[in-house]
Amino acid sequence: MPNIKTVFERSEVLTSNQFHYCPGCTHGIAHRLIAEVVSEMGIQDRTIAVCPVGCSVLAYEYFDLDVVQAAHGRAPAVATGLRRSLPEDRYVFAYQGDGDLASIGMSEIIHAANRGEKITVIFLNNAIYGMTGGQMAPTTLPGMVTTTSPYGRDTLQCGHPVRMSEMLNTLVDPVFIARGALSQPKHVIKAKKLIRQAFELQHQGFTFVELLSTCPTGWGLTPTDSMHWLEHNMVPFFPLQVFREPGHAPEAANHYTPDLKVHG
Amino acid sequence: MGYDANLPVDQAVPSPAPERLLMKGAEAIAEAAIRAGCKNFFGYPITPQNEIPEYMSARLPEVGGTFVQAESEVASINMLYGAGSAGVRCMTSSSSPGLSLMSEGFSYLIGSEVPTVVVNIMRGGPGLGNIAPSQGDYLQMTRGFGHGDQKAIVLAPASVQEAVDLMSLAFDLSEKYRNPVVVIGDGLIGQMMEPVTFAPTVQSTTEKPWATTGKPPTRKRNIINSLYLDAETLEKHVLHLFEKFGRMEAEEQRAELYLTDDQPEIVICAFGTTARIAKSAIKVLRAQGIRVGLFRLISAWPFPQQAFQTLVEPTSAFLSIEMSMGQLVQDIRTQVAGRKPVEFWGRTGGVVPTSEEMVAQVQKLHHKLVAQG
Repeated sequence: MPNIKTVFERSEVLTSNQFHYCPGCTHGIAHRLIAEVVSEMGIQDRTIAVCPVGCSVLAYEYFDLDVVQAAHGRAPAVATGLRRSLPEDRYVFAYQGDGDLASIGMSEIIHAANRGEKITVIFLNNAIYGMTGGQMAPTTLPGMVTTTSPYGRDTLQCGHPVRMSEMLNTLVDPVFIARGALSQPKHVIKAKKLIRQAFELQHQGFTFVELLSTCPTGWGLTPTDSMHWLEHNMVPFFPLQVFREPGHAPEAANHYTPDLKVHG
Repeated sequence: MGYDANLPVDQAVPSPAPERLLMKGAEAIAEAAIRAGCKNFFGYPITPQNEIPEYMSARLPEVGGTFVQAESEVASINMLYGAGSAGVRCMTSSSSPGLSLMSEGFSYLIGSEVPTVVVNIMRGGPGLGNIAPSQGDYLQMTRGFGHGDQKAIVLAPASVQEAVDLMSLAFDLSEKYRNPVVVIGDGLIGQMMEPVTFAPTVQSTTEKPWATTGKPPTRKRNIINSLYLDAETLEKHVLHLFEKFGRMEAEEQRAELYLTDDQPEIVICAFGTTARIAKSAIKVLRAQGIRVGLFRLISAWPFPQQAFQTLVEPTSAFLSIEMSMGQLVQDIRTQVAGRKPVEFWGRTGGVVPTSEEMVAQVQKLHHKLVAQG
């Protein structure tokens, strides 16, 4: 068989364990992209992953890296502890879903970002709690039916979805904030670039990549319909954008150094 | 950031202190931790322990360590979990309500076998309570204060010098068993000034092949985790933890027996500040001819039962004196198992009992014993 060559294979940064994710779920794509970035940067021996509670609670089974499993919402705090303890050449990333990061872990993500912790947070936003059976998340869209919003998300009672990237972009210290999507090949290729940028900038400060993701099981849709649903419903509210990168800090990010002397 | 794990502490630290110093308890606790090799401190302000993080924020940068003021006690304990996972000596301190917030993270530390040290300078409760000295967290601390089947060593100093000595021991024990260790004090221990002597600065010599420092090609990945979805597997893990807890119970009991060798009529049972005050009361009572002694817990968990059991036969009655509403007495009753009378007296709400009150309580119990013949 002289003309057969390998054009695609599992990254050596992923173990051979089989993903437990549902068919059509994009966690598997996100895992692969991170593994490829770690592999291509040649930092497998210097990268420590922090895994969340949620569908990706078992991510430690899939990354062939040193891994710490965090409590629900606390991954940025755990990553902070690692970052402040490990040699500077290490890479620390936290992987979190939207219930984990934007609800129970809202405090930890904002303060880790605000301290400018030299970590990367990969944020999978699929607008629902997947692991616990499809409950309403802080990112659930207005009117969207979930097991705890059976009449659709009522914004008068539950407010509107939280836009994490935009919220973090009000802070001074993050160095990279971007939102991508995993719904079609061009977005997946772009998402990998965003992850790579975040890792490359990690030692300069806090880096954050939000990835719009699907939950066919929680949404009650086929995998293909889920991809369309994401683009049709999520992208208009969660625009795909690089919010923060070196040289393109918004006005709010201007460093402020007050004159602390008392006058008068 | 950028702590070099290979840099010996005694090279990094220009020791600022002569051998014997007059120090406030809270600051002595912090300095003792640093001299025990503590590299990272994570904490959130809460009275009455703020001198510990304040001292750490000034001192840790001098020794190549890191101080992080966390956004909450929930974050503190989880930062500690991350730092402990990296294999460095690290600690947090807080006071009662803060410990309640840390309880989930504390359970993770035990379940994932991450060594670290947590200081609880206890204050009056329940709820917001007040900031006055208390021992009201005795049961919460000694039962392992998180969820699930779990235990942790709890050390209870009664002087500033003992707090210094126990901090060093706490770090050693946490690494010996890969389990967090709690040091409990109260506002008095934290605020009082006493002369202290520090042991020479040490560097942890414990090998940590389990630490998540980055996976070299030469070993398998390290995973710090407490999730075991399969019931049989989790049971096996918990049994492994209980094998460790059993060794702690066998090997880490610590107590002080004070004037208990003459078949005492009454033995006061106490720890920390109350035990210290009880010694003053005992001197007065002894002068009055009442044979009274003191059983002082140094390890609140494991309960020092080997030492305690030697007292049950020769002692006529036990009196648990607490700054709480009858918590330690539950353990004393369990140990005595009905063989001798066990009574309780305590103050709560942050009220510190006086030695005069203790004298009166012991006299009252003594009259009762005499009357009963």
